[in-house]
Order: sequence, then structure tokens, then C-alpha cells
Amino acid sequence: MPRIGVFVCQCGNNIAATVDTKKVASDMGKLLGVVYTCDYKFMCSSPGQEMLKQAIKENNLDGVIVSACSPHMHEKTFRKASEAAGLNPYQCEITNIREQCSWVHHDKTRAVGTLKSNDLTRMTIERLKRNKPLQKIKIPVKKRALVIGGGIAGIQAALDIAEGGREVILVEKEPSIGGNMARLSETFPTMDCSQCILTPKMVEVELNENIKLYTYSEIEKVDGYIGNFTVQIRRKSKYVDEERCTGCGECIEKCPFKVESQFELGLAKRKVIYTPFPQSVPNVPVIDAPNCTKIQKDKCGVCAVVCGPKCIDFKMEDKVVTEEVGAIVVATGYTLMPNERFGAYGYGKIKDVISGMQFERLASSSGPTGGEIRRPSDGKVPESVVFIQCVGSRDEKCGVSYCSKICCMYTAKHTMLYSHKVHGGQSYVFYMDIRSGGKRYEEFVRRAIEHDNAMYLRGRVSRVYEKDGKVIVQGADTLSGSQVEIEADMVVLATAIVSREGADTVAQKLGIGYDKYKFYNEYHPKLKPVETVTAGIYLAGTCMGPMDIPESVAQGSAAAAKVMALFSADEMAREPITALVNKVTCNACWDCLTACPYSAIEREAVKNRQGEVVRWLAKVNDGLCQGCGVCVAACRSKSIDLKGYTDEQVFAAINAF
Amino acid sequence: MSGHAEHKETQGGYEPKIMAFVCNWCTYAGADLAGTSRMEYRPNVRIIKLPCTGRIDPLFIIKAFENGADGVLVSGCHPGDCHYTTGNYHARRRWIGFKNLMEFVGIDMRRLHFSWVSASEAIKWVDLINNVTDEIKKLGPFMDYKGLKEAAPAE
Repeated sequence: MPRIGVFVCQCGNNIAATVDTKKVASDMGKLLGVVYTCDYKFMCSSPGQEMLKQAIKENNLDGVIVSACSPHMHEKTFRKASEAAGLNPYQCEITNIREQCSWVHHDKTRAVGTLKSNDLTRMTIERLKRNKPLQKIKIPVKKRALVIGGGIAGIQAALDIAEGGREVILVEKEPSIGGNMARLSETFPTMDCSQCILTPKMVEVELNENIKLYTYSEIEKVDGYIGNFTVQIRRKSKYVDEERCTGCGECIEKCPFKVESQFELGLAKRKVIYTPFPQSVPNVPVIDAPNCTKIQKDKCGVCAVVCGPKCIDFKMEDKVVTEEVGAIVVATGYTLMPNERFGAYGYGKIKDVISGMQFERLASSSGPTGGEIRRPSDGKVPESVVFIQCVGSRDEKCGVSYCSKICCMYTAKHTMLYSHKVHGGQSYVFYMDIRSGGKRYEEFVRRAIEHDNAMYLRGRVSRVYEKDGKVIVQGADTLSGSQVEIEADMVVLATAIVSREGADTVAQKLGIGYDKYKFYNEYHPKLKPVETVTAGIYLAGTCMGPMDIPESVAQGSAAAAKVMALFSADEMAREPITALVNKVTCNACWDCLTACPYSAIEREAVKNRQGEVVRWLAKVNDGLCQGCGVCVAACRSKSIDLKGYTDEQVFAAINAF
Repeated sequence: MSGHAEHKETQGGYEPKIMAFVCNWCTYAGADLAGTSRMEYRPNVRIIKLPCTGRIDPLFIIKAFENGADGVLVSGCHPGDCHYTTGNYHARRRWIGFKNLMEFVGIDMRRLHFSWVSASEAIKWVDLINNVTDEIKKLGPFMDYKGLKEAAPAE
């Protein structure tokens, strides 16, 4: 026979005004199995909790009900108190008679509230009689982290975790870390040079003993769960032995073939054996295999001849390495909407129509022009430049309804850089709105307009065409209500930030969610901004959506803090609300497996003594199971149940209705 | 078992009993918010909290009718907002499948309501309970299934 105690809280007058708590307590005392009841002014107060503990001990209770406020308020409080009195915490249940009874039924005679409280408490008592003591799930945690993406967000996360004394594996797709930030000239609103602040961090990554850097590598497969992930990483062949290469650059110097540089966005050429940019980390060149005549046609091979340490190997193959980690930070970054989409703006047809990122390269002192603003067609210094904002962004027709967030600021920066580098040059900016929310951002835009003479025109551009070596821009100035036509030397498009190609495939490998733009979903947009629904996987930077450098860095650090918190204990404790399979009745129909949103159901083979598989069973991985119970309702043979919400418990509550 | 409470006969006539199966994350929190905001609604509903609407076995609904419910309400997170990513889609799909079956076993579909109430939609919750209560009140007590339990042989 169960020994249940029922504690009815008056919550001052919050409950007692519309519920006769004494009557609820005495009515409940008449039920089978209830051996102790009382009501009290504030159950959550220290004396209230003491009373609960004492009653458990004195009456040898094996289950307690606290009829009080919502379990979302004080379930933890009372479970903790019960545990302190030696009771299994999951033998303590809450009946919500405040938020869902006394506060919403204002009957002053207290008849309505008392009746409902009685019903709700009785249902909880019947449920509690079927409770089983549960133990928190302990999961061992491997204290190594994987960071995917070596842009500024990933670098920050990796450095923070490494400085916290934990091992980090940093995986980067390109031959060098640095990401998009490495391309930038100066950064708003402080105008410090991007490479000057980024490259020391890149070097720190290389020198940090806790960081294992895999460049030119991609994630192949991810298995496991929080604290225990197994990750396969494909290390693409560089055709250069990283261990022996000294980074002397002789091979690059002597390579006779040139192709378009991706890093320079088509503004310059690079060799077929190359590092993306001079400050690359690691400073090890890679061979662009599809363009290498030695690899394709077995002709040339000059690089191997001139290489001093003999580290070039044309037969090198991809390697797949396996790493075990406890947490994963995803910082895969963004790309820009392909400019070819904007036919009206002449991109692709007119050489002097370039993207904002290409302008960054022109303005960068390490760029193809050495920092001089020269237009691509003839190398002439442009006397006037038109900047067009919101190219693709906020445009349903381009499939992007969001704001790319950073373009207002970098366009203002471009006009400044232009006016500093080309004295007397005139810049025009076509804009829809100026969005300059951020510390010292609005002042920055004002500076561009007032000190650097940028002409801001509110309106859209209808057409861009070439005429006599000029780029003619036709558009509207909606503030003056007139049509404008500008003869410019160059046009710069602020194109939309979009997710990387293949972002969805990466998300599927990791089991994290993404939106219709393939930006990754945070767990909660406000309160869990760097967590994902998959425990142990965190997000940082622009893989979630457009953001600027300070935000990306803040998120990198935030994700690192989450990882460090996870790594602070050897084991993590989880709520034991997970599914459990009845091995006797499971007939392996796998309905649960297809229904589970977390891939937490595994196939378990039952073998006989000869080692032959005699039958299959569903098995729940407690590390992955989040306790939603979808599998329970899906199971046709009723062979799977949810701890804490078993069929027996729910039916008992219904029967007591 | 204590047996179910008698229907409260008031001067206004009979008061229906309604059972609500709600998810922990959206609708339960929405109902809590109605309380915190001191809104008022009809007292006829009894809530059973589950982690997710995807946990709801159609048998729960039949059992509720058998145990004296005049109406049943199921409510969870809005599509796309499920705490468990897709649990509410499972609930919705199952609902579509079982709707016909429920009708076949003689349950008047007007007694069964399905809704999405988020954690911030206290007003929606209040309106929902009031409307469902009024509608079921009009239909009168649901005797068909209550009778079943009494007629069943003793265990």
C-alpha cells in the first residue's frame, strides 16, 4: 500500500481566496493510500519545505503531492526538498492549483475552485501511485571539442576553448583559416585594418598546443550524442607534405601556370600551386589538382623539382581521420548571393560593375591593386563610383526577404575608403533605408555623409548600362521625387548575404535544424542563441544569419563558454525522462525508429550462443533521447514507454477524472 | 479508485466536464500565463500535461470519454514550433488518421477539439476553453461512452 502525503499550499491568499485548501486537504485524506495531508500558507518557504521534509521522515512517506503553483515554478524546489528527506525526487509531483485554478476562476464562494482542485489533486495522486523511482542519467563527457569553420567566429571559439585548457580540433574547408574576414580591407566603425587584427589570431591558433588544425578538410560523418561524438573528417589531398613543408614558396614562384584566384574573387590570378593569401595559416601551399598538368597529363612537375625538402607528392590521396569529441561548435559562415542574378545591374556583362567584397579587395593593401582603387576594365582610377544597397536583400523576387544587416555599414565604409584614396572622387549611394543600429554605427554613417561627401540618394536603381567607357546608372531619388542619371566610372553592388552552398548537407550530417534560407536554427532566438536543439552542438557566427564581426566574435566566445561549462564535470546529469523498450514484446517493426526526431532508437541484435542473430530489438540511446514520447504513441505493440509519463500513469490520471 | 466526481448541477443546468491533453512547452505554459495574467475562464477543464502532443495515444481520448468526459481537447505547439522539432506533426498526422476511426466508434466529432496554443497565447487559451465549454454544453452530456464503463464486466 502506498504511503502518500498531500500538501496543499494557500500561497498567502493567492490560492486560499478561491480554494478551500483545508477542505482539499481533508478530502484527499479520505483517498486510499493517502496517509498524511495538511495545508500551509507558503509551502515554498523554508518552514514549508522543512515541514515537507519532516512529514516525509515521520510518516515514512513514499510519495508526496504538493498542490500549489505551476510545476514550472517550484517542481525543482520540492523535488530537491524531497530528495533531502531521503525520497526519490521523482516520487514528488506537483498539482497546479494556482495558475490553472485559483487565479483563473474567481468564484468567491470557493466552490468552483475547491471542486477543481480536488479533481486535479486526485488525478495527480492516482498518477503518483504508478510512479517509479527514477535516477538521473549520467553521461560521461569527452573533454575535447570540434570547431567546424575557421573564420573569425570559429577561430574565437577554438582559442577560447584552447585557452581554457581543453583540446580543440579546428576543421577548415579552405587551405587557410581566416574566412571572409581575411578578405576585408578595413573594418567599420573603427577603420582598423582587418588583416592587422585577424592575422595575429590566426597565428595564435597555429601556435596553440591545444589546437589541432585540419585545413582543406571537411566533415564526412557525425555519430553519437552530447559528450560522445565520433566525427569522421575528410582531409583532402594537398599534394604537399604538411609536416615537411617549410613554406619557402619556391614552388609557387616557379609554377608556370596561372588561374583565376577565388580568394581575389576573379580580380587577380594565382598559380596552380598556391596559398590563398600571403599570410595563410598554415603557410603550406596546395596543388589545385583539376588545373595541374602534372596531375592531369603527367607533364611539368617543376614544383617537385625546385622543392628543397622534397615534400611534393603527386600521388597523395584523401585521408579520412576519426576524432572523438564531447562537443561541436558549428561556425561555417556565409557566402554572397551570386551576382549573376542581378541582370538589371549589368553584373557579369559590365566589367566595372563589381560586388562589395570585390571592392574590399581593391581597397586592401594586400589586394590585387595594392590598395589603389582602380577599376577592373582598364585600371583607371574612377572619378565617380555608385554604390547600390540592398542588392538581393529585402527582395522577395530574389528569394531573400531578410536584411543582410552589414551592408549599410560597409557601404558607408566604402565611400570613406574611396574618398580617402581618391581625392576629389564623388561617391553616390542608392539606399532603401539606412540601418545603423550598433555602438558608434550611426555616427559612422553621418561621418561618411558629412565629412567624406558621400551623396546618399534614397531610391532604387532601375537600369545600369555602359556608354562610352562610362557606366550609366538610372534610378529614382524618392526624396526629391526626381529621376536621376549618373555617369559613373564604377558601380559597387551590396549583394545579399546567403548561406553557404551545402549548408543543408552539413546540417543533416549534424542533425541540427535550418530555416528556409538554410541558415541554422538556434535553440531559442533570445534565451539560447548559440545552442541547437541537438544537445552538445553549438552555433557561432553567420551560419545562423547575417551578422557583423563583433557579433560573430561574441558568439564564438559564447559557444566556447557553453562548451567549457559542459566540460567542467566528468559526467553530465540529465533528466531521466526517456523512452524504454519492453524487450519481450518488441517485434522490431521500426515504427519508433522512423518516428524519432532525434535518431535515438537503435537496432539491437539478439544473438544465440553460436553468435547468430536470432531477432532484432529496438533500443533507446539515453544520450540522444529527449523524452518527447512520439515513439510511445507510434508503437503498435505497446512495447515502448516513456519514463515519468508511462501509459499506466496517464491512464490512472484519466481514470481518476 | 475514487470514482469520478459528480457533474455539478447548478441553477444554469448541467456543467460539462472537459479533459485537455496539452504539451508541457507551449500550451501548458500558455495556460499558466492565463493564470499569471489573472484572466478568467470556465472551470470545466481538467488538464493532463504530457511532454509533447506527439505522446498522445488515441486511446487516451477514448478513455477520457469512457471516464466521464463530455468533451476532449488536445493542444500543443504551433506547427514548426515544437520543442521536439516534429512531435506536433506526428500528433497532427495521427489525428487525421484517427478522426475517421473515432467517428466510426461513435464519438461525435463536435466533442473533440484540436488546437495550437503557444506559451504566449493566454488569450487564445481562454477563448478556446470558453468556446469549447459552451459548445459542449449545448450538446449535453455524452452518455454513450460513460455507459460503456458501467456495462463492462468487473475486473
